[in-house]
Amino acid sequence: MYQDVIIAGFGGQGVMLIGNILAYAAMGQGLNVTYMPVYGVEMRGGTANCTVVISDEEIGSPIIFHPRSIIVMNQPSLNKFQPRLVTGGLLIVNSSIVDTSSVPKEKYKTLLIPVNNIADKLGNIKMANMVALGAWLGATKAVDIHHIEDAMTKMLSSLDHKLIELNKKALQEGFNIGAKKSEI
Amino acid sequence: MNPGQEKLVYTLPKCMNDIPTHFCPGCHHGIIHRLVAQAIDEFDLQDNTICVGSVGCSVFIYNYIDVDSVEAPHGRAPAVATGVKRARPENFVFAYQGDGDLAAIGLSEIIHCANRGERVTIIFVNNTVYGMTGGQMAPTTLVGQKTTTSPYGRREDKEGYPLKMAEILGSLEGTAFSARVAVNNIKNILKAKKALKKAFQVQLQDIGFGFVEFLSACPTNWHMSPLDANKRIETELMPYFPLGIFKDKINE
Amino acid sequence: MSENKERLLVKGNEAIAIGAIDGGVECYFAYPITPQSDIPEYLSRELVRLGGEFVQAESEIASINMVLGAAACGKRAMTSSSSPGISLKQEGISYIAGSELPAVIINITRGGPGLGGIQPSQGDYFQSTRGGGHGDYRTMVLAPSTCQECYDLTIWAFDLAFKYRNPVLILGDAILGQMKEPITRWKEREINPNEGAEWRLTGKKGRKQRILKSLYLDEGAMEQHNLRLYKKYKSMETDLKWEEFMVQDADVIAVAFGSIGRIVKSTARKLRGQGLKVGVFRPITLFPFPYERIRELARSGKKFITIENNTGQMVEDVKLALCGICDCGFFANMPGKVSTPEDFIQPIKDQFN
Repeated sequence: MYQDVIIAGFGGQGVMLIGNILAYAAMGQGLNVTYMPVYGVEMRGGTANCTVVISDEEIGSPIIFHPRSIIVMNQPSLNKFQPRLVTGGLLIVNSSIVDTSSVPKEKYKTLLIPVNNIADKLGNIKMANMVALGAWLGATKAVDIHHIEDAMTKMLSSLDHKLIELNKKALQEGFNIGAKKSEI
Repeated sequence: MNPGQEKLVYTLPKCMNDIPTHFCPGCHHGIIHRLVAQAIDEFDLQDNTICVGSVGCSVFIYNYIDVDSVEAPHGRAPAVATGVKRARPENFVFAYQGDGDLAAIGLSEIIHCANRGERVTIIFVNNTVYGMTGGQMAPTTLVGQKTTTSPYGRREDKEGYPLKMAEILGSLEGTAFSARVAVNNIKNILKAKKALKKAFQVQLQDIGFGFVEFLSACPTNWHMSPLDANKRIETELMPYFPLGIFKDKINE
Repeated sequence: MSENKERLLVKGNEAIAIGAIDGGVECYFAYPITPQSDIPEYLSRELVRLGGEFVQAESEIASINMVLGAAACGKRAMTSSSSPGISLKQEGISYIAGSELPAVIINITRGGPGLGGIQPSQGDYFQSTRGGGHGDYRTMVLAPSTCQECYDLTIWAFDLAFKYRNPVLILGDAILGQMKEPITRWKEREINPNEGAEWRLTGKKGRKQRILKSLYLDEGAMEQHNLRLYKKYKSMETDLKWEEFMVQDADVIAVAFGSIGRIVKSTARKLRGQGLKVGVFRPITLFPFPYERIRELARSGKKFITIENNTGQMVEDVKLALCGICDCGFFANMPGKVSTPEDFIQPIKDQFN
């Protein structure tokens, strides 16, 4: 088993948080995992991003130039990382704010998901990241969802613990959409 | 003199080794070493002391005073002493530094050591020149004083002014005791010893950082006889570097 | 060994700080600098909680000299910094080596020269392995490539520092410092109150005075001192450490250390997928360097390429190892470039021609 993902978006969209949660969950499942936060001057390019690599074998590089999957939460992230995605790779796009006409659909397994709208409907737009993570899990089945839920408790600050149940809902909603869309 | 009539009035401090020193005739380091050794004896600290040596004429202090010792790089003695004291707060820790060491290359270390209020005692020997390297200008060289690197005399518009370390350190909150003393005559030696013991006391009583600046003669590099050098302490050094106590938290 | 085998997801920097705690660090002195400030942040909290000493020093120079003072008292003492800060510490490191004191120094490097930047770089290899400061001394140098190794090697560094009474340097970079990976804490923190009892300073009660110094003025004394140090540095070869990754049947071996060492593993896997037999040789001790093992592998007919995130430093050691047997290819990613496995595909392929 091997999976890698670059998660990218604006600062404040919580891309680092879901990267951390994913890494923590993979560890909980007994897998090897690396989490690499955005690095150096890249931070000034308008996107925050992180790379998570999950494997049942030893992980070599924590830095991936051609990822197998990407989650893009905004337009600059799509522009930056989509050209690097491997052919046939998984492309999850926040279609609430990304211009979907600019998303190439043939080369990749592309899931256009309006994660902002979905999160907003569930009660808090800030949970868009959880919807996106859920969708990625639904499509890849890389990590069991209950490990993600355990990781949330660990990674969210205690102030946000009251939001955990809602976040779980967002995660599940995303998971269902991801699982369903990727079957097509 | 008949046996039994002898009365010992002056002896080597217990913690001092009975060996000749490398100091030049008329140098005050020997007297200051002796005062430090006496203070160690009087507080009964020989078994419990860790000395931090520095770079300069004072480097061989560990050959003369029989206590555990570590050698610090040039100017870094207060940082090394900090490390020693933090590692072994139960020990008495002192460093002995010259003016180039403490007031030039090691100015940052001494200021911050004092400001942290480290429970260490620093003995500072100010003879207004770099002695060991051959009499170059020190941060304490007086304006107008000729040295091998200030051949026209120290110029205030080019080299600035001599640093008054006892006053500077006395102004810091962490400093519990700061004084300037001299050992050019018996009266001053007795005063110096009293001040030195207070600089020990503030450490022993966990009050704060202790500091004593000694005005010291360097006849060799001043190109003077020991007697004239002694006189210069009085006539030239003391007007700029006044003796006195600049901080004393014991009496607060 | 601890019964608690729970894995922790931590940054490499934190893994080092945790390794220091479990390795028994008692005194830690440092000055903040990116990209290693997680270490003082962690230890200012956790070491102090455990009753250890932490001073945020006024300078890199002061912090290494505080280490010198604490080490003279036989304490497990450590400082950490990044490249420009390590340059400032070199004076103190030289004195620590000259006075034969144990100390652990962490360098999570930045690019240089000068202020450079916080991007990854392996530009401090020469400085680390050739002593770094003045005088003919060496520090032991350990180069982790995973967060687990950051933890393991920090613990080992303290043992080595006391075994040889010598500074031990851990050389990592920002990739390693900032990435997160699970680690297992396997060592219970314990403080040996008798460590260094035969040389440390405690006050001379009940014994003769001890002097820890590096000044040797008497005729012949410095020569003897250097001879003793030289023999000590040679004896460190008993603690050589390296990793061989798919080396057995390899036609081409890529030699790389630290973060590049692990990134090249991914390249090797990719190339194996294309039918090319590539292995990776990763020195873990950079000083002493595993010359003899590389020589052995070369004698069996394998080809070599050294890959570094600098303009060519470790490659000199590899060439020394290969001397007269075969040549060594070299590929550089400049300091400041974030390396990916793809960067190394063509340079390694070229070795097959």
